[in-house]
Amino acid sequence: MRPILRKLSRDLPAMLGLAIVVFVLLLAIFGPLIAPYPEDAASSHLTRRLRPPSADYLFGTDNLGRDIFSRVILGARGALSIALTVVTVAMLIGVPLGLVAGFRRGWLSETIMRVTDVVLAIPQLVLALALAQLMSPSLETAMLALSLTYWPFFTRIVYAETRRLSASMFVDALRGVGAGTGRIVFLHILPNSISPVIVRATIGLGFTILVAAVLGFLGMGATPPAPDWGLTIAESRVYLPKAWWYVTFPGLAILITVMGFNLLGDGLRDLVDPRIRRSR
Amino acid sequence: MLRFVLRRMALVLPSLLGLLIVTFLLIHAVPSDPAAALAGDAATPEQIARLRQQYGFDSPIHEQFFRYLDKVAHLDFGESAFSHRPVTLDIAQRLPATLELTFCALALSVFIGVPLGVLAALNHNAWPDYVLRAVSVLGIAMAAFWVAIMLQLLFSMQLGWLPLRGELTSTMAQPPRVTGFLVIDCLIDGRWDAFVDALQHLALPAVTLSLGGLATIVRFTRAGVLDTLQQDFVFYERAMGYRWLRLVWIFVLRNSVTATVTQIGLLFGGLIAGGVVVEAIFDWPGIGSYTVQAILTGDRQVMLAVTLLVGTVYAAVNILVDLVHGLLDPRLMEQE
Amino acid sequence: MMKLLSVQGLKVSIRTDEGIAQVLDDVGLDLERGRILGVVGESGCGKSTLIRAIMGILPRAATVEQGEIWFEGENLLVFSEAELARGVRSSRIGFIPQDPLLALNPVFKIGSQLLEIMRWHAPHDQSQGSGRGAERRKRHVARLVGLLKRLQVPDPETALERYPHQFSGGQRQRLLIAAALACSPQLLIADEPTTALDVTTQHQILLLLRELVGEFGVSLLFVTHDFGVVAELCDDLCVIYAGQTVEAGTVRSILDAPAHPYTRALLACHPDRATSFRGIPGSVPSPLAPPPGCRFAPRCGDARAVCTEGAPPQARSTSGAEVRCVQFA
Repeated sequence: MRPILRKLSRDLPAMLGLAIVVFVLLLAIFGPLIAPYPEDAASSHLTRRLRPPSADYLFGTDNLGRDIFSRVILGARGALSIALTVVTVAMLIGVPLGLVAGFRRGWLSETIMRVTDVVLAIPQLVLALALAQLMSPSLETAMLALSLTYWPFFTRIVYAETRRLSASMFVDALRGVGAGTGRIVFLHILPNSISPVIVRATIGLGFTILVAAVLGFLGMGATPPAPDWGLTIAESRVYLPKAWWYVTFPGLAILITVMGFNLLGDGLRDLVDPRIRRSR
Repeated sequence: MLRFVLRRMALVLPSLLGLLIVTFLLIHAVPSDPAAALAGDAATPEQIARLRQQYGFDSPIHEQFFRYLDKVAHLDFGESAFSHRPVTLDIAQRLPATLELTFCALALSVFIGVPLGVLAALNHNAWPDYVLRAVSVLGIAMAAFWVAIMLQLLFSMQLGWLPLRGELTSTMAQPPRVTGFLVIDCLIDGRWDAFVDALQHLALPAVTLSLGGLATIVRFTRAGVLDTLQQDFVFYERAMGYRWLRLVWIFVLRNSVTATVTQIGLLFGGLIAGGVVVEAIFDWPGIGSYTVQAILTGDRQVMLAVTLLVGTVYAAVNILVDLVHGLLDPRLMEQE
Repeated sequence: MMKLLSVQGLKVSIRTDEGIAQVLDDVGLDLERGRILGVVGESGCGKSTLIRAIMGILPRAATVEQGEIWFEGENLLVFSEAELARGVRSSRIGFIPQDPLLALNPVFKIGSQLLEIMRWHAPHDQSQGSGRGAERRKRHVARLVGLLKRLQVPDPETALERYPHQFSGGQRQRLLIAAALACSPQLLIADEPTTALDVTTQHQILLLLRELVGEFGVSLLFVTHDFGVVAELCDDLCVIYAGQTVEAGTVRSILDAPAHPYTRALLACHPDRATSFRGIPGSVPSPLAPPPGCRFAPRCGDARAVCTEGAPPQARSTSGAEVRCVQFA
């Protein structure tokens, strides 16, 4: 672990990414304690509608008088929990499928990989929208829909690693010693595939936050009065151009958070993939 | 080469079949009455009954599937519950607008992104490189819908340089529809004022869509060129007297763009998908806003048709990308 | 001037992560018109750096500290990159690289690559006028096909339409020789062009080079680590050890009576002459920390105390070769 951290620490963009991710994580966990007006997750103060940024309200107030700075901080929790749920479910579906497809030959493996190809063939957003609509739009269905579009990425990675490893000599040796299939898969193959899965998961977190924001914007995800970043941007549109702060800060929050995950994911990929000569 | 293309097409067929199966299953994945689900929330009982008969929801499932395949083969995607017109007609009418926007955005991304990527690689570890890397990192992280609104805010509302939405100013007369591409139709009609107006309307949406792709293309081109520059033939070509500019922009570039071409292919599919939100924001009369409208009105026939369309386009683009790869690097074609 | 190429007192250093490496420390050689000069040395002795210095393609981390490279009366070291690219490379000095597969661009046809060279460096033929682009191209193609025929590349007419990976190693090397000769240079520099080939092909290429030198009137600078090749091909010889020229003279004189201890040791190791399986004890000194005095002293069987104290003088051996050794002072 230590040499890995040391190598990572020399990668400046990756360190920046890590800092951002940790920062957002802290915001998500301690949001209500940090936000100056935590009650603004729900309550409204119509007397202070649409005020520009000031010392009291760092990011200004929205159309219901709520402090945007607080709502942005509180929104971190929603964004991150959506992202973590989606990626976790996607991994829970995708990784086992990849293990099975990679280890066994025959029609089961082929079928799994064909299905993977098909799902990957459809752009995520369109598929997620179609699914979410079919299942009646709500936050839960949005998350399920997103998971169902993301699992193929994990399956592909795990499949490739499992295929590669199961054909190697050391698996034959293990079999020769009498190790059962389950043991081989879980104790030997799975740990070796973990690294690229983690890289993909990190980038997936960033990507999911982005797509979830789009769903929120379209009204297919979070519902008012939730402090969802995408939803806030949608709400802000009618009050432009005067209330420029209303749209700018939630968008910056999305930008910085996603950038953080991307930088971290890139840094992790550079650590994990020494065979490809990386042009940094 | 023909064999190469045919082989690629054959490989794609299972995916297309799978796509059809998936969309078919989507109709039946809903626990409630599939006819009602398909008809959408706004449908009348007559429409639902008609659909039930058309799709044969009472018959066994494999019969239903073949009926579905038959309909798809005839490009019959039913009727939109919202517009009460055949979906196929709606899509055909709206497709050119989306294509116009997509090609514009793609062109911007590629013709600005590739040179910038090369520049970044040539200035490796100098300040232009750092700036471009930062820009590309930002570009990938930006939410397209947010960028769209911010651009509207700045260029339309604050500065008033560019129009806010739509393809053409409402007071301006539309040119007769020849190609379906508004900008080209204006030129054919010979009206300069309409042409300029159409371009102005095209500007913001196209720029919005192009930013994500720009970032990706800069990134991949830079990586490709850096990799190629390390190869021996670059050194030897210099020793044998190649001029540096031609060496980089002709002889190195072709070796460097494999990954970029793949990304351009993915980009095309992504633009059609990303265009969904951008079209909605700019009121662009294309497939994207049609999709959003279908989502908001629960028009499932449309959603399925669009999903099929986009999936097929993706598959076609993949074949095209493989073909371009083969043209760029002849060694690939011989590996068959 | 009788001497076509004359390198004098060349010192080149390279900045590395571990410090400054003195890769070339007082290297000199002379090549006369119409002759073939072999430059011999082990890997890492600085041969490649020497060639790069002459061609002007040293890596960015390298600095020429001292010395001159006289080519046809001009010092190449003062030429700018543009001047070298425009007026020297290919047009006056042709280059034959070591590995033909690595040296060719894999995704372009051979014709495109060779014509690119000719486009910028082919000598202007006044008698045919400037001509339009298409006519000039036809002339170039004709010249290339003629060269390929002379070099015995099979199917020369269609060869230009093919890709590098469609040729064998020996054929690729001939293509590169054609490329080097295409613009009628005065000097050819060959960087171990036969190392990547099998022995039979090697022999063919060497014969070919000898013939070409006579036919085309070029002079050849041939870099190698193999004395056998030198004996077969070269007129003159220059031995390099640890970045310095230790012996230089005609091949005949040096092979008959090698003077410098290193030369003698090298010859003794050569499979044709070796009586026992014996190498030279010790290893080449690192350019980061050269030993004081004579660089070969730590491994030299004739070393004396004075050898480690100061740099050995340039002297002449009995056969007339220049030797850097105190024994002949």
